[in-house]
Amino acid sequence: MVVESGEGVSVVSARVDAALPGGVIVPRDEAELAGVVRDASAPMLVQGNGTKAGMLRPGRAAAVLSTAGMSGITLYSPSELVMRARAGTALAEIEAALAAHGQQMIAEPSHLFGEAQTIGGVVAANVSGPRRISGGAMRDHVLGLRAVNGSGEILNFGGRVLKNVTGLDLTKLLTGSFGTLAVITEVTFKVLPVAGAVGTIVVRVADAQAAVAVMSAGLGSPFSVSGAAYLPGSREVYLRVEDFAESVAYRCGRLAGQFAGAEILGSGESKALWLSIRDCEALPPGEAMWRVSVRPSAGPGVLRDVAFAGVTGFLDWGGGLVWLSGPATHEAHEAVCAAARTGGGVWWLMRGPEALRAVVEVMPPEAPALAALRRQVVAKFDPRGIFNPLKMWAA
Amino acid sequence: MRAMKQLDPKPEVMARRSEIIAGLRRILPERAVIAQAVELKPYETDALTAYRQVPLAVVLPEDEAQVVDVLKFCAAGGVRVIPRGAGTSLCGGALPLADSVVVGLMRMNRILEINYADRYAVVQPGVTNIGITQAVADAGYFYAPDPSSQLACMIGGNVGMNSGGAHCLKYGVTANNLLGLRLVTVAGEVLEIGGAHCDAAGYDWLGLITGSEGQLGILTEVTVRILHAPEGARAMLAGFASNEVAGECVAAIIASGIIPVALEFMDKPAIHACEAFAHAGYPLDAQALLIIEVEGSQDEQADMLGRLREICERFAPVSMRVAQTEAESAAIWKGRKGAFGAVGRISPDYLCMDGVIPTSRLGEVLRRIEEMSAAYDLRVANIFHAGDGNLHPLIMYDANDPASFAKAERFGAEILTLCVEAGGCLTGEHGVGVEKRELMRVQFSESELTQMRAMKDVFDPQWLLNPAKVFPL
Repeated sequence: MVVESGEGVSVVSARVDAALPGGVIVPRDEAELAGVVRDASAPMLVQGNGTKAGMLRPGRAAAVLSTAGMSGITLYSPSELVMRARAGTALAEIEAALAAHGQQMIAEPSHLFGEAQTIGGVVAANVSGPRRISGGAMRDHVLGLRAVNGSGEILNFGGRVLKNVTGLDLTKLLTGSFGTLAVITEVTFKVLPVAGAVGTIVVRVADAQAAVAVMSAGLGSPFSVSGAAYLPGSREVYLRVEDFAESVAYRCGRLAGQFAGAEILGSGESKALWLSIRDCEALPPGEAMWRVSVRPSAGPGVLRDVAFAGVTGFLDWGGGLVWLSGPATHEAHEAVCAAARTGGGVWWLMRGPEALRAVVEVMPPEAPALAALRRQVVAKFDPRGIFNPLKMWAA
Repeated sequence: MRAMKQLDPKPEVMARRSEIIAGLRRILPERAVIAQAVELKPYETDALTAYRQVPLAVVLPEDEAQVVDVLKFCAAGGVRVIPRGAGTSLCGGALPLADSVVVGLMRMNRILEINYADRYAVVQPGVTNIGITQAVADAGYFYAPDPSSQLACMIGGNVGMNSGGAHCLKYGVTANNLLGLRLVTVAGEVLEIGGAHCDAAGYDWLGLITGSEGQLGILTEVTVRILHAPEGARAMLAGFASNEVAGECVAAIIASGIIPVALEFMDKPAIHACEAFAHAGYPLDAQALLIIEVEGSQDEQADMLGRLREICERFAPVSMRVAQTEAESAAIWKGRKGAFGAVGRISPDYLCMDGVIPTSRLGEVLRRIEEMSAAYDLRVANIFHAGDGNLHPLIMYDANDPASFAKAERFGAEILTLCVEAGGCLTGEHGVGVEKRELMRVQFSESELTQMRAMKDVFDPQWLLNPAKVFPL
């Protein structure tokens, strides 16, 4: 299938999928993508490699518009802590390039969605891992974006410098917007050096309540804890310290001294452990998966309140992030929503069958005033409603 | 008042002045409405004192319900509204319009909740930046962003401008340290954004509102993250023979994998001004000075400072000194944090710029600024958050000479244009305000500005909230 761009000259590669009469449109560059958008007459699913298609609501559209054809790191300045890459660049490629210079993604995005995920997708979904509690979320590190809005205009927000308050921060608005406002074509983000050493304090506890007390003590210490998770299966709390080897040894010793029977894991074991936490390997396989964010002290209540529905999980972010899996039933989903509400927090349905995702609140509904503003904001970016309709909200 | 293109006052609003003031008095306590000329005077400007305009009235609401009432009243009458915290904006962010009602938030200055177990505090917008840290310091905690004006500036203004500070290389700016907000829209709707947890669901309204310069609504509550302080901190000074060499040293430090908690740069004029003011032992023979601060236990500090000394030595420093005591560190910071006041002693009037450049362009950009300084015949001192490329050239001029001020403004605009051309931006932490409004076209295309204006249209269709700021007129 051939799709002509706005100029009517360049050819965009496209695959035809039986379920999608419009096929998968894969522009080779930003100008082509803008042409496709200008010429579009029907809604499109905006994706990189589609690894998060099972997250939130199922999209409804005749075609997929993929940024997978726009790949490559376009700027990397290690001494300025900045990297820029086209949206379709694989996260794995970015992480390898950074590792070659002893640097890393600050938010350590999860590989839960597989190795094919693109940097555009990571930013569009604002995916952050365990280091979010100390280093900030993906949205905190996106310095600039290039994107194509629903009118096919190419827009450039933010920049490549670490501080920037020039004009409204549409970079943050687009980060985490799941391709519903504009198609992200290029991302510039801050990176940091990989620490020389990693250490982990392991503390065995009676229950989740006790676990959060340990994590709060660790995060409320002067020792720069950069990860705090609890796995109910092993009843173990893990506190991570990352720095130069001497500092890690000192801080692990000081932290371990606070908790009876605490053990210390060295760099090798620690790295493997935190990768498994980042990628939710401790989560039992379930038909559905949720993520709940609450204040840390409310995390244990969430675990307790969903247990009756067969939903289990673990705590990250000091107790504030609850990863859950369980049956893809309305009962289980409602239990998760209720537990998140009781904890004063929010939920996301991260994975599940279309039948469930299409009919439930995949995130908490907004208050009416905010929903009204949101609909107007969408209309200002995508007046024809062609980007990922229904992905985040049913209305 | 300086000549500056400004929105014309709405004649119908000016004509109804006494009626509007009477209306405000009906919905607010007597003490919350200021309308007499002599009492309005303090509100005519902010820290960009070159511009002044007495507003129609000032109101000082004491709670959220009063903010709602004021906004509903003003929106119904088409009256423009200027939100104001402590009035410390360096870009004219709180400059009134003749037909505007200034909504001062200084009486909403209560700390509503401090939660150490979950590490957050809920405060009203009129709490000062330092006030948050002071409230949690006994428990060993602090609020991280630390603008130079932190003794006076208020958290509401910090959120409005997305303020930074000397320590944001490690801890981030305001946007990175917020969890939630309550915001009253011009229609009088109260929006609850985020909460006490990380990562709100849906769009990042927190990110959009932070740094929106009071154009999307008026804040009534802010939930900030509080952090436990490190065991200690210590600073060192390293003086270098040229700006370029100091810039190379900064790059070498970052490339080594060390991220100091602060990495500040001063050029020679700034060194001399600050030393005369603070007597911090700054090297007067150096062309450029780095202030580097590290955190941790005594041993960790010593280890890190040792690594930093080794790196600095590779760049043939003309002097190097590690603070031996807390008092010495404090003196080093007194000089840096008092830099604006210090420059004020050698020139009563100056403009403080706030451009950002990629740090690799430092030497070249400072050289160009020096050339401009000679061409404009105006002195300039450069203070720079070197780790993140945030440059603060202080342009000295004579306010009694209109030609001198006009020249200083042109010089400033040329510096900021240079920052954008070097791959940076117009403002890193002060905001656009009125000062850089007309330069926005240097950084953004018309369609990019249109997309931003469209967000303003959604939140404030009549453009009543802090209009004539941020966007070119």
